[in-house]
Amino acid sequence: MLMLASFLCGLVFGAGLLISQMVQPTKVLAFLDVFGAWDPSLAVVMIAALAVSVPGFMLAKGRSRPLLAAHGFWPTRDDIDRPLVAGSALFGIGWGLVGLCPGPAIESLATLSPDVFVFVLAMAGGMILHDVWQRARPAKSPDEALARRPG
Amino acid sequence: MANFTPLSAAIGGALIGFSAVLLMLLTGRIAGISGIFGGLLNPDSRDRGWRIAFIAGLILAPLLAGWIGYGMPTPKLPPSWTVIIAAGLLVGFGSRMGDGCTSGHGICGIARLSGRSIAATVIFMLTAVATIAITRHVLGS
Repeated sequence: MLMLASFLCGLVFGAGLLISQMVQPTKVLAFLDVFGAWDPSLAVVMIAALAVSVPGFMLAKGRSRPLLAAHGFWPTRDDIDRPLVAGSALFGIGWGLVGLCPGPAIESLATLSPDVFVFVLAMAGGMILHDVWQRARPAKSPDEALARRPG
Repeated sequence: MANFTPLSAAIGGALIGFSAVLLMLLTGRIAGISGIFGGLLNPDSRDRGWRIAFIAGLILAPLLAGWIGYGMPTPKLPPSWTVIIAAGLLVGFGSRMGDGCTSGHGICGIARLSGRSIAATVIFMLTAVATIAITRHVLGS
């Protein structure tokens, strides 16, 4: 049941990216290019998503547990630390270079485009590189060691 | 704003938000694609099943849409392998280091009113805007 629910959520998520055209890098770049022929569509996508997810998450938070799992996996941290800032900045540079972020990139594998396969492989490489680097680095404090959780 | 498509953007966006809420209500998981995918690459990860199922749904969506006549056009990427590989590495490394991407921070995190996610979203939007401003308008590619 957990697998089926996840699968259906992936399908709906993919349909949303398709209908909103956020799978098209040109559409994403047209939003990011504020000094060019600006296309605000991505902002509408985010506002519409939040219009559903803000009340939806409030509802989910109010429940004692999810329907198909023993407990919810809510993120617990809310500090703004250096890795968050540096990581997000690097992510934005990569996103701005080609207009692909992880969701649309993985979904676009369905088109069998060699460009997309190369991008997704490089993305996986970047993730593995980060995890290897983190494991190789000694933890400075118990808090930090604790914060290094998988997933 | 010649290419502005508010209606399809609103419908698609609502579906993305609905998927994130449904995943949390049913499985208790955050619909952050970099986290879902990154967890698959981690050798210590023990909860691979739901991740694979979500990604399978994500990839199957355009194939199903194609069968009913709404095929997905092949995404247009820059003509340089170097740029594509560099961008992929940055997106992968950065989303892992920053604990999330456009979906995990931009949709789920902001929906939880997390200061961490709001900060991440503002930062990656700014560097993405700066990147395209430099590549398109300064370097003029």
